[in-house]
Amino acid sequence: MSQPFYVAPEQMMKDRADYARKGIARGRALVALRYTEGLVIVAENGSDTLRKVSEIYDRIAFAGVGKYNEFDQLRVAGVRAADLKGFQYSRDDVDARSLANSYAQMLGNIFTHEMKPMEVEILVAEVGLAEEGDQMFHLLYDGTVVDARDYAAIGGDAEAVRERLAATWSAGLGRSAAVHVGLNALSGPDREISAAELEVAELSRSHGRRCFSRIDATELAAILA
Amino acid sequence: MPFFTPGDDPGSNFPELLRRIGMTSHSSVLTPAVPGHELSVPHATTCVAVKFADGVVMAGDRRATSGNLISHRSMEKVVQADRHSAVAIAGAAGPAMEMVKMFQLQLEHYEKVEGNALSLEGKANQLSAMVRGNLPAAMQGMVVVPIFAGFDLRRSAGRLWDFDATGGRYEERDFVSTGSGSLHASTVMKVGYHPELGRDEALQLACRALWEAADADSATGGPDVLRGIYPVVAAIDVDGWERIDDVDLFTRFDSIREEASHR
Repeated sequence: MSQPFYVAPEQMMKDRADYARKGIARGRALVALRYTEGLVIVAENGSDTLRKVSEIYDRIAFAGVGKYNEFDQLRVAGVRAADLKGFQYSRDDVDARSLANSYAQMLGNIFTHEMKPMEVEILVAEVGLAEEGDQMFHLLYDGTVVDARDYAAIGGDAEAVRERLAATWSAGLGRSAAVHVGLNALSGPDREISAAELEVAELSRSHGRRCFSRIDATELAAILA
Repeated sequence: MPFFTPGDDPGSNFPELLRRIGMTSHSSVLTPAVPGHELSVPHATTCVAVKFADGVVMAGDRRATSGNLISHRSMEKVVQADRHSAVAIAGAAGPAMEMVKMFQLQLEHYEKVEGNALSLEGKANQLSAMVRGNLPAAMQGMVVVPIFAGFDLRRSAGRLWDFDATGGRYEERDFVSTGSGSLHASTVMKVGYHPELGRDEALQLACRALWEAADADSATGGPDVLRGIYPVVAAIDVDGWERIDDVDLFTRFDSIREEASHR
């Protein structure tokens, strides 16, 4: 019987991480940021049907970058977990923090036990009843959770996007101002992103029970005009 | 967090998801009822739905009865199912409310998983399956007979359905009613209905139908001025569900009272 070559655990983890990072870096970035009424999520996405941003529950949204089939699988799992919890207990008991923890467990498990890690980064965002309750969780391919308060960026070149957000984001932004800040952070100084290449959604406190809504092409055109 | 292999995936079906993870709440093992010893549970009564030019109107009284007693005065039997549809229920209140809750959840779950909402016909079909699932309980006397109505965005028209205890699903052309006072309510609508009915006339007709049902059927509650409890009346059109407020209902029922006092 042939003996497999010995690979140091450090090396194995590093190889897996490099593999996942390479996949994610190829994808285009998305940002989420707080404004007075809630959160806007601005994603660079050429497709009108394969969404990166979607609704999980009344006050919770999901955004993913990387391999579509993988983050979509995570999205559906999130919808199921949230709906089950709301059914079992109450709608008020569904929150982003515990959802993010479940995602972290799952991603961590897949990273260490499966053949290949998921080539995704995801964002779980929740809009609170008041501004203090807004929160975002940024999850990496290996299950690392990072919480963000005011803004977050995930995907290729996220570091640079985050720096631009740090410079331009301020408290008390209106909705269209927030979309502009998000868009400028994504595009950077020497690139233009057309409205057709954007997918924009929001979680707004003013929407009643289901806070999530998409900002469609006509509305987006009006904001960007 | 539930995670399934591709062949085992419950898709966008929420009740199926509950089954897969072993969370089904209903026991299907029920013994047949002994005549004269039926379980006494609150029953909900009259609900109506009527089409108008741009949508549908739904209305239901607020009373639930256990035998000859009034068990609830403010039950809401007409419930919004999602943005463009609503369900009204008559029959055993407990299973009916549970069914409505599950129906609402299923519609929302489907919409979120699939990324777009079910067609109106698809929703009616879903509800039909749920009523059929309740058949063992129906044999025990816990019959649930809903009405389903909504605005069909693909056909730009209001549509309505009624069901029987076995899940039979019948699309009606003009109006429909269910519950113990339905005979009186549907007679009123039969006389008052015409195809060019406007929104306001349809609202008035639905209120009138409930009034006459309450007048003749002891299990149907009329407008309760003493406690300020009015029937649930709602209109659904292209802009979605809109519940009519109590101030408006007060004037409508007051005009009916005025008219009835002169006959």
